[in-house]
Amino acid sequence: MSITIAKSLDLKGLSCPLPIIKTAKAMKELAPGQLVEVFATDPGSVSDFKAWAQTTRNPLLESSQEGGVFRFVLQKKEI
Amino acid sequence: MSIATIEKPTIGQPVQQMAEKAPETAEKLVIFAWSGELDKIWPTLILATTGAAMGKETTVFFTFWGLFPLVKNQVRLTGENWMQKMLSMMNRGGDMHLKLSKMNFAGAGPAMMNHLAKEHHVASPHELMEVAKEMGVHLIPCQMTMDMMGLKREDLIDGLEEPAGATKALADAQGAITLFI
Repeated sequence: MSITIAKSLDLKGLSCPLPIIKTAKAMKELAPGQLVEVFATDPGSVSDFKAWAQTTRNPLLESSQEGGVFRFVLQKKEI
Repeated sequence: MSIATIEKPTIGQPVQQMAEKAPETAEKLVIFAWSGELDKIWPTLILATTGAAMGKETTVFFTFWGLFPLVKNQVRLTGENWMQKMLSMMNRGGDMHLKLSKMNFAGAGPAMMNHLAKEHHVASPHELMEVAKEMGVHLIPCQMTMDMMGLKREDLIDGLEEPAGATKALADAQGAITLFI
């Protein structure tokens, strides 16, 4: 069974702190266990997403880069 | 003759237990916004909105010069006596009329800064203030400064909490990350 992405966010071009804020808002609407993928171009978002995932305990499943675009996959934590 | 033995408590264990129990991250963020300048209010609002996004109960307590950015942008003159009016003449309120603490150049500096911000898709203080409200950041104006500077509740933007004093601010700050900007 492949895990499907529940929500995809295109946050390319946005600067700190908007990628995190928009992601946090979007994750509120997800059910526990659901995945969100985020596309961003702010280089600072790599460490920001890692830190956000750690402090909020929503697992960061993927942090990758392709052609200057960063892709993050986060899972909403189980309560 | 009897021998009493005293057992020393082991120091290592309780510390370890405490570390397991207490989470390392603070659940609250409290910012004292004392400055009214663009280059101080901006990071204040960036940190406040980010704190809320990180799930922290976030409060910004606006005091002294920090109160003026809360004045409605369309309100030009505040104050009841000539001193308070003079103060608002020299220090226009509103989050769209902020000055830079250096390189202000009679407003040319902030204009250029806003231009750069737009170019780099950085949210302005005005936008971040709206985001902060949306995310449930507690925005609290300082009652004493309001009285002293002649700022009335209707001069200030909507979406603020009840004006409060230092005790409320410090009570909120208990156990929180605190910043004075």
